[in-house]
Amino acid sequence: MATYNLNINGTNRQVDVESDTPMLWVLRDHLDLVGTKYGCGIAQCGACTIHLNGNAVRSCSVPVSAVGDQAVITIEGLSETVEKAEHAVQQAWLEHDVPQCGYCQAGQIMNAAALLTRNSNPSDEEIDDAMNGNICRCGTYIRIKAAIKTAASKMS
Amino acid sequence: MTLIKTRHNRRSFLKVSTAAGGGMILGFSWLASCTPKKEELLTMPDEWFDINAYIKIGENGVVTIMSPNPEIGQNVKTSMPMIVAEELDINWKHVVVEQADLNLIKYSRQLAGGSQSIRQGWQGLRMAGATARRMLMEAAAKQWQVPLGELTTADGIITHKASNQSIGYGEVASSAAGIEVPEEVELKDQKDFKIIGQPTKNVDGTKIATGQPLFGLDYKEDGMLTAMIIHAPAFGMKLKSYDASAVKSMPGIKDVITVQTEVEERQWSDTNAFTEIVAVVGNSTWEVMKAKKALNVEWEWDTPGENTDEHAQEFVKILESSAKEPARLDGNPKDAFKNAAQVVERFFSAPLLAHNTLEPMNFFAHVTSDKALLVGPIQTPEYLSKSAASVLGLDEKQITIQMTRMGGGFGRRLYGHFGIEAAVISQKIGAPIKLVYTREDDMTQGTYRPSYLVKYRAALDEDNNLIGIHIKGTGSHGSPIFANRFPAGTVDNYLAENLNFQTNISAGAWRAPRSNFMAGAEQAFLDEVAETAGKDPIDFRLELFDRAINNPVGERNDYDPERYAGVLKLVREKSGWGKDIPGVYRGVSAYFCHNSYVAQVLDMEMVSGKPVVKKVWCAVDCGIVVNPEGARNQIEGGIIDGIGHAMYSSLTIKNGAPEQHNFDRYRLIRHREAPVEIETFFVNNGIDPTGLGEPSLPPISGALANALYKATGKRLYRQPFTQQDIVLG
Repeated sequence: MATYNLNINGTNRQVDVESDTPMLWVLRDHLDLVGTKYGCGIAQCGACTIHLNGNAVRSCSVPVSAVGDQAVITIEGLSETVEKAEHAVQQAWLEHDVPQCGYCQAGQIMNAAALLTRNSNPSDEEIDDAMNGNICRCGTYIRIKAAIKTAASKMS
Repeated sequence: MTLIKTRHNRRSFLKVSTAAGGGMILGFSWLASCTPKKEELLTMPDEWFDINAYIKIGENGVVTIMSPNPEIGQNVKTSMPMIVAEELDINWKHVVVEQADLNLIKYSRQLAGGSQSIRQGWQGLRMAGATARRMLMEAAAKQWQVPLGELTTADGIITHKASNQSIGYGEVASSAAGIEVPEEVELKDQKDFKIIGQPTKNVDGTKIATGQPLFGLDYKEDGMLTAMIIHAPAFGMKLKSYDASAVKSMPGIKDVITVQTEVEERQWSDTNAFTEIVAVVGNSTWEVMKAKKALNVEWEWDTPGENTDEHAQEFVKILESSAKEPARLDGNPKDAFKNAAQVVERFFSAPLLAHNTLEPMNFFAHVTSDKALLVGPIQTPEYLSKSAASVLGLDEKQITIQMTRMGGGFGRRLYGHFGIEAAVISQKIGAPIKLVYTREDDMTQGTYRPSYLVKYRAALDEDNNLIGIHIKGTGSHGSPIFANRFPAGTVDNYLAENLNFQTNISAGAWRAPRSNFMAGAEQAFLDEVAETAGKDPIDFRLELFDRAINNPVGERNDYDPERYAGVLKLVREKSGWGKDIPGVYRGVSAYFCHNSYVAQVLDMEMVSGKPVVKKVWCAVDCGIVVNPEGARNQIEGGIIDGIGHAMYSSLTIKNGAPEQHNFDRYRLIRHREAPVEIETFFVNNGIDPTGLGEPSLPPISGALANALYKATGKRLYRQPFTQQDIVLG
């Protein structure tokens, strides 16, 4: 066990965990942030996507010991106000009524938000490339793409 | 308006509700405004008045509608309350939706399966709303001393025009709760619908988009431990022994136990290949995961390990024999094939599929000596309650089941062994626990979509008329053939044969069971028969439907040929079928299952030498469309899901062990492979609604195969199509 001081959604949080504990489980089990989802544990499905210094990463494959003082943003911290879907990507998700079961959507939203931060006007191909690692078992891919385009137009 | 008897179908919620409403009159405010102001709408009321099992009304006019059925992504948590709200005649913006717990007295059929929630819920949900509206009106009539017939309602407000009075539902809710349940209620005319038919957003949309706890895996209680299981690595193996001493001293580990979950009297929902497993229990997921990996468990063979390749060979051998009794026989198929000018004969096959709900199996359980609380994702809570009671040695009355939103169902959570496992672990450990499957546990557990092989034969006469059809099928969980579905009834000589096969690999319902394979096989086969006959594929199908409409063959045909032909004609018109568009390769397909009719045209283009699905045109007849927004989403999802599984997915077995454990080796469709566009058209016929969770999936593999044939010249008979060297761009 070791103590880690983490910067989560703009707040300092302290956890006592084994050094190899993936951020996914630190968030879910120790910090009560369960919006980040477990889907595969091997960085193949994207359900656990969070932002590390603004980059989308698979939290199932990032050990807590590798995080250091990097800023961690989870789906709960994407909007200024907790529980409000204020971010343009979240707004677009509501507008297009994207989710079916909803389980993968936090990961999709986080990945889409990171994409639009580095590329404010992505082409269809760039969206496909960026989002291809996020599986949606319900098949909401077309709505996801439409929502990303809407968000891009609102953000630019 | 339609008058209906409220007591038909034993709607006991009506009785329960009046009793529950009586005691809640305290705190009622007569000062509440009858028209809630906008800012008040978000404010929860101080007091709720139970009108019936589905409806609670707050003194400020906010209405809570209980959603009775499990939500697996089919969007019933939005559409079912919409039906109640319609008849209650309120503003949808004033509605809060809550998921109901399992309650067999208040509700009927709390099950997610067979696309039946809307179809079977329709009448009861309307009645719940209409009954409550009537009770509120009676309360207002009594208060104002005016005849009930002179009252009207709109947006949750009751008006008496003659005396120029109006009052909000919230203000009469307390007295309405005490009104006797009417014997008869009036239902709205469809032309007066204000909520049904309006595109309506998912009621959990914001919670999903902000990552709030909704799913079983998110559920937590104080003092809760985490449990994970280890099941046999191969079908046919059973537990021999394990040494837990080293693992028990690992950090955070509480115990390692053997878990037996065999249900004495198995229900269909108790399908489970692994009823003796090992569970590791500890403080946190990662600690338990590490201990699970470190634990050395020995297994021994109980029955021989089987192989996918051998199954495939066995299927071929089985189809060389004939069934003792035909599933259906019309005319004289033997003579028809003997006298045919041309015979088309083709085999179609499909592999085992895992469900792969993105939220792996999990359940929370807190079992004590006299009660059990079970919380989690389950499509069949009623069945789980019964089996859990039996395994735990409790009475069903001592079991409470709460349903969480589910991260996908697709049939997987019809089989609630994981709920029983959680309950047994909690009982043995003596603490609240949450059972969590890893993806690998989930994918290798079984209950798969069965593998199938069918042989289709068609006989054509000299004038290219279809004179005979012969279908023979087998599969790892029974034959997939529906003997009385189309094309039965359209051809004089017809034979369907089902042949059995035994395996120790567990299988079960997977989104649109059997149809998920049969539709594609049938529609690809008919495409080839039409081509052989030199006919346009849509014209060819319509000719068959004409026969079924005008002069059907046989006593029982499980479809309405006019509605079937209707969706085909609609998709023909909308897609502009028949006009050649350079560079566009088109395939058509139609199917009827789960009470809804679907026809699809799939447009494919070759981009850099690879086929790309540009557009799918989809015509649907599901009667009244309750929520067009959710309905379109279901149709789109089913199409993408169907394309994905036909193209890429497969679960193979070697010496009893699944060869795919996670998404690195198990292929699901991804963003890049999805169609660019899907356009859906609904038939507007006012028929009572039927479900949409399944019907758009089955036919799409047929449309896909038929378009791929046009694009590549290759007919596709074996799913996944990638094994026939086809890759989408």
